[in-house]
Amino acid sequence: MTKLNDKCCQACWHDWDHPCPDLIECMSAGPICHDSEPCRAKRQAAIAKLRREVISDPVIFVGTGTCGLAAGAGKTLATTKQWLEEKGITAEVVEVGCIGLCAVEPILDIQMPGKARVSFQEVSADSVGDLLESVMVNAQLPSEKVLGQHRPADGSALEPWQGAAWLDEHPFFAPQTRWVLANCGIIDPTHIEEYIARGGYAAIAKTIRSSTSAELCDEIETSGLRGRGGGGFVTGRKWKFALNTPAEQKYLICNADEGDPGAFMDRAVIEGDPHRLLEGMAIAAYGIGASKAYVYIRAEYPLAIKRLHEAIAQAHQYGLLGHNILDSGFNLEILVKMGAGAFVCGEETALINSIEGKRGMPRPRPPFPAVSGLFGKPTIINNVETLANLPGIALNGAEWFSSVGTAGSKGTKVFALSGKINLTGLVEVAMGTKLRQIIEDIGGGIPNGRKFKAVQVGGPSGGCVPTEHLDIEIDYESLKTIGAMMGSGGLVVMDDQTCMVDVAKFFMNFVQRESCGKCIPCREGTRRMLEILQAITRGRGRETGSDALDRFKGVMYLQRLAEVIRDTSLCGLGQTAPNPVLSTLRWFRDEYEAHIYERRCPAGVCTELLTYRIDPEKCRGCTLCAKKCPSGAILGAPKSPHYIIPDKCIGCGTCLEVCRFDAVIKE
Amino acid sequence: MITTEIDEILQRHPNAGRSSLIPILQEVQEAQGYVSKDAVVQIGRHLDLPAAKVYGVATFYNQFRFAPPGKFHVQVCRGTACHVKGSAGLLEAIQQILKIKPGETTRDGLFSLEIVACIGACGLAPVISVNGECYAKLTVEAVKGIIDEYREKATNDQA
Repeated sequence: MTKLNDKCCQACWHDWDHPCPDLIECMSAGPICHDSEPCRAKRQAAIAKLRREVISDPVIFVGTGTCGLAAGAGKTLATTKQWLEEKGITAEVVEVGCIGLCAVEPILDIQMPGKARVSFQEVSADSVGDLLESVMVNAQLPSEKVLGQHRPADGSALEPWQGAAWLDEHPFFAPQTRWVLANCGIIDPTHIEEYIARGGYAAIAKTIRSSTSAELCDEIETSGLRGRGGGGFVTGRKWKFALNTPAEQKYLICNADEGDPGAFMDRAVIEGDPHRLLEGMAIAAYGIGASKAYVYIRAEYPLAIKRLHEAIAQAHQYGLLGHNILDSGFNLEILVKMGAGAFVCGEETALINSIEGKRGMPRPRPPFPAVSGLFGKPTIINNVETLANLPGIALNGAEWFSSVGTAGSKGTKVFALSGKINLTGLVEVAMGTKLRQIIEDIGGGIPNGRKFKAVQVGGPSGGCVPTEHLDIEIDYESLKTIGAMMGSGGLVVMDDQTCMVDVAKFFMNFVQRESCGKCIPCREGTRRMLEILQAITRGRGRETGSDALDRFKGVMYLQRLAEVIRDTSLCGLGQTAPNPVLSTLRWFRDEYEAHIYERRCPAGVCTELLTYRIDPEKCRGCTLCAKKCPSGAILGAPKSPHYIIPDKCIGCGTCLEVCRFDAVIKE
Repeated sequence: MITTEIDEILQRHPNAGRSSLIPILQEVQEAQGYVSKDAVVQIGRHLDLPAAKVYGVATFYNQFRFAPPGKFHVQVCRGTACHVKGSAGLLEAIQQILKIKPGETTRDGLFSLEIVACIGACGLAPVISVNGECYAKLTVEAVKGIIDEYREKATNDQA
């Protein structure tokens, strides 16, 4: 028996032409169809091997998700293989997804036979040789490289390393509740059996055997699972609309068009644990009665697309997708559609148009896609994280899921922690966790001793949360009360060197570019808002009287304009487009006022508002700055102190860069 | 030849309907680096759609280019995390070094520059990607080094 689905003995009657309904149980706890101790032992041994509880050769795991590769994991991997070859050591090298702690990548794990698996941080190609030498040859753990050792499962014979901290006690991991990310960075994503060995596909097997579609919808609704893509609609209730609409064909679409800049959990799940998504999709498709499903995924995620294709092919091979899944009469085909780069395609109707080969523009609702969607048929669109939550609920029940979370928001949420924070990465916490805990404990606070200013939640549709509201317990409702929203879960941390007006301008620029142009409030309104923000942050050197008048008119209208866009846009993109401005105006009005009245940027980001002057004491009159100044704003005779004409200065900062005597002062 | 390459792609989609339009455009761009005028017309004929419709869909999406890219295609991530970590400065620096704006190609055909919304490596911001290879936690100096490296590679390839 080399593969899990091989026959254990002649009594076994699994056959791919006649699928066995007990296949999954049989593979993990079997055999079911006949009682034989040797067969059981054989199967248990195979599972233990796949879970790497028993290994004969050392195993080296390299985190090669997109983020790992960006940090240099590809070179680390190549050097590792070369090192093994040179030393003549036999070891298995496994490429895994991202465990979530992007800040210290490349991450490499080593598991020696009989010993617990240990994770090491910042293993670059230069240092990997020394690390392997020390661990594999000398059996010593270099303490500065150790991230932590993985706690062996109960009853496992793996012996822990002396003196090495546990990974689950690491401040980054300890407060987390990892359900969706449980396998990410742990298992080999290209190997379906590793997922099965860890309880994978047991949920779909149980569901199609023991529940009807309606019962499944009820169960999911009772669990309180809400859409993780942003809207937060109750998933089970949405399914029921599709289930109760009679049609000969229904569709399920997985929205993996993770367009929110600042969010990357969907990519990580697909790269690190693609079968969890497929299993979730199978459960959802069963729930609504769909036999065809699409994954709409961003073309910018080439690795995730590759993993997805591999996983679909394997699931077909094991009879877990395709025709007559586990002899239940349930069929499911999953197709991958690549997005073509349009943020608005995160909106359901726009996404449907895009799959149909049209411009990705939203259309008015109702009819809702659940009633009339793709090709006019009932269609349910769920986000990757929502679908990845389903196997857990289907297997352990609604109560298990709803035992975690707050009154209105159940379960966990994955957040992508990035920006000015020490430990960036993916964090999965229970709903109701305090923002402060995520930033200060898990994220390790702000680097370089700077001061926390705000955290941007939910991407371009969300808002900024200032210091005074950090103690808020995160759920869908609480974030709305302070003008932010859950969105897809991007958390971008900002310190005192981030200008909030600049951030608002950044988002308006983004939304304005991504507006599909169908409805006027969004198309024109966002552009006007951007222009107003640009006027606020522009230097006044060459401003005419009418420019100044426009600027002040703009400031007066900004809030009203924002409200009109919010109230009259067609789709969610437009309705939430003004949020970054409204929320920064609400919490950081003083910064706007400093830009408008005092013509200065407190954070020193808006270059055109900075003023430069030359300290006559320090200036030697070398004339370098005057020569380099692009606007000819610097005057002065050689060998005597120079002077910057404020009206001519465009604030580019070139003089500051070129001055060798630190005579230029930025204010 | 360019046209036969497009023919081959179209043959892979027999009896295709409109829903195949975007996949075909993606395959054409994958094969040729951009979507040419001829390609738009040919795709239209194959799918029985006016060329204007094909072009309308293609220009709607950010992914499609209508001019040949450089040998090294530089993508600068302008996501939120990258912005907060100073990607505007990186972009500025790259524009100065290459003397092109986003969407353009250098005159020697070596480099083309593009802004992308998010590469999805926010934890390692700021990032750029050259021909699909990502570079993380960059500074202006590091960017200069990377571009020099590719320049050198190009000269070595020629020699």
